[in-house]
Amino acid sequence: MNALLKVRTLGHRYGQRVGCEDVSFDLYPGELLCIVGESGSGKSTLLNTLAAQLAPTSGSVRYRQRDGAWLDVGSLNEADRRRLARQEWGFVTQNPRDGLRLNVSAGANVAERLMALGERHYGRLRNIARGWLERVEIDPARIDDMPADFSGGMQQRLQIARTLVTHPRLVFMDEPTAGLDVSVQARILDLLRRLVHELDLAAVMVTHDLAVARLLAARTMVMQGGRVVETGLTDQILDDPQHPYTQLLVSSVLTT
Amino acid sequence: MTATLMLELRDLGKSFELHQQHGAHLNVLRGVNLSLHAGECVVLSGPSGAGKSTLLRVIYANYRTSGGAVYVRHDDRWLDLASATPHEVLDVRRRTLGYVSQFLRVIPRVSALDIVAEPLLRDGMDEHEARERAAAMLRRVNIPERLWALPPGTFSGGEQQRVNIARGLIVPRPILLLDEPTASLDAGNRAVVAELLAEARAAGSAVLGIFHDEAMRDQVATRLFTMQALEAA
Amino acid sequence: MTPRYNFAFLDEDTKRMLRRALLKAVAIPGCQIPFGSREMPLPYGWGTGGIQVTAALLGPDDVLKVIDQGADDTTNAVNIRRFFARVAGIATTERTAEATLIQTRHRIPETPLREDQILVFQVPEPEPLRTLEARETETRTLHALADYGLMHVKLYEDIARYGRIATSYDYPVLVDGRYLTSPSPIPKFDNPKLDHSPALMLFGAGREKRIYAIPPYTRVESVAFEDHPFDVQQWDERCALCGSGESYLDEVVVDDRGTRMFVCSDTDFCSQRTEAQA
Repeated sequence: MNALLKVRTLGHRYGQRVGCEDVSFDLYPGELLCIVGESGSGKSTLLNTLAAQLAPTSGSVRYRQRDGAWLDVGSLNEADRRRLARQEWGFVTQNPRDGLRLNVSAGANVAERLMALGERHYGRLRNIARGWLERVEIDPARIDDMPADFSGGMQQRLQIARTLVTHPRLVFMDEPTAGLDVSVQARILDLLRRLVHELDLAAVMVTHDLAVARLLAARTMVMQGGRVVETGLTDQILDDPQHPYTQLLVSSVLTT
Repeated sequence: MTATLMLELRDLGKSFELHQQHGAHLNVLRGVNLSLHAGECVVLSGPSGAGKSTLLRVIYANYRTSGGAVYVRHDDRWLDLASATPHEVLDVRRRTLGYVSQFLRVIPRVSALDIVAEPLLRDGMDEHEARERAAAMLRRVNIPERLWALPPGTFSGGEQQRVNIARGLIVPRPILLLDEPTASLDAGNRAVVAELLAEARAAGSAVLGIFHDEAMRDQVATRLFTMQALEAA
Repeated sequence: MTPRYNFAFLDEDTKRMLRRALLKAVAIPGCQIPFGSREMPLPYGWGTGGIQVTAALLGPDDVLKVIDQGADDTTNAVNIRRFFARVAGIATTERTAEATLIQTRHRIPETPLREDQILVFQVPEPEPLRTLEARETETRTLHALADYGLMHVKLYEDIARYGRIATSYDYPVLVDGRYLTSPSPIPKFDNPKLDHSPALMLFGAGREKRIYAIPPYTRVESVAFEDHPFDVQQWDERCALCGSGESYLDEVVVDDRGTRMFVCSDTDFCSQRTEAQA
């Protein structure tokens, strides 16, 4: 099997301060990788650098496109970066309000990426949008409602629909369930689990919640101080942590 | 015995270093050598603390090895799980190596039926057929039909264990690791599990397991492998 | 002509700056070109962009027509016409066919324009994407990349809310297959006149400090959906004065009892027809 993303000694510095450094890994099609660590560990910086929202200050991110050609993500121009972000990638933000267009309806939010790709048939757009609302468990009758009238969990599900509607191959997710009630979280995690499988998505997800990693990710990377301190199969990391920091993280989890 | 060798442990060791407890060092396994052939059922025996569960977890690569090798016959070639990449381990787990623990890992909102059907779906079976096979399996381990659509979070211990067995045995695996899968089952359900294991062995699976119940052990084991606790180093 | 002013009010350096921006605008059809908009002796929103463009273009032999919503006789049109008569001493007219330069607010004359005529539009908001994207840096990037999906989001919302594309004026167009462009707040009835027009069309936004152009014979398409194609307004009525059935009609309330009549919005077109019938 061919990797989808090859990351080598990647780093991003904010001036003198290290955001993340020396990160290397391969991501395969259909694979969900979790990046765990506490606030300030550099996991969001890493995610944004992977997603080409921050420029790498060292190392490289290479991505294999649909046509099989490898792209050096760090050296893309703005036009190619946006094309990639629109056609092959998706990004789900922690706060759905950052990822949604709040001044247009739920249907327009879902349909926007399709329109950006050139879909010009209103009827088809409506049908696809309804289908996706249903898929993320939002009543399709609410297609013309504004996202502001939705609950936080619904907004997050709407953002997921809006991101996945174009069937991206790779999705970046930044704490998609943080800040939601536990029951709402469970619903979104279950949804993500299903969609990742159905769409054969590859994903990189940042989370500070080890239970989320256990549920969704086959592989996990643990970050501390901008560096990856441990990486491996998620169950290995959680059940047999090697690094002192990982042992601390795992032993700090509340269990019920 | 001329049966195919499926799994071979060579000089396997496992120790834990507990950084939270001032770097305490725990030796659990040392110099373990074991061969497992298709069609046999080797049962690990020994006192509690002898590292039986740890051994199964190391073989499954849930725990990392501290020394030695875990050779697995995967697609007719040998792979050492101790040095395999995560992707190789995942592939071995998906197609060669099954593991059934005492506890079901419950996924919120996912029904018992879907939990059992999931390994089939992952192998690419269509949804309808996978559900039918899962239903047959649940019926076999005596889970009442009214529970199938419910997430097993609220099931009794025995029910959860049976769902777990159904999930673990629904896809035939060349190698099966079983960590006390029958601990809280009554005699009738134990007999069902013994039957399932006999079928798996007859189909060529190699089974390595822990069974505390002696009657169960005698019924399923073709050979015992005795382990002793190591003194703390 | 009032002697204390330079010809056409603006100093020659400012006119040169404007002409450079105009040339650039003509060279890149539909692209918004920044320019150093001057303070003009009228408030923003009254046509400061339009009159700067007009001032930069006027020569002594030009004949100027100014319309506001199609009418030559409204305050704004009368004042701008009188302004240029005073500061440039040029001839003015109300006849479309006689004008060499027409400054307009919110209409394109019904009488077909010719190659030797220039139409100058007053533009309040040159950015067609502004209502959906407030950041200028982002809208500029979207133009640079011809990334116009957002415009369809707006039209989608129209259909979702009203069952059809309800945008009836300032209806966005794609110029020469490249730049998404605001045609200024003309009714969409006038959009087809932009396509392959023999006359040069220039657009000035004074407050926003932008100039853009649609050169003669340029392809101009009104954006739409396949299943909700672009269409123009139609009336069941005819003009109560000239009987025209093909011009843009204004609805006018004529008494306290709410009696209405429909009349041509283009006063010159209407009076020409009325005279011809007399």
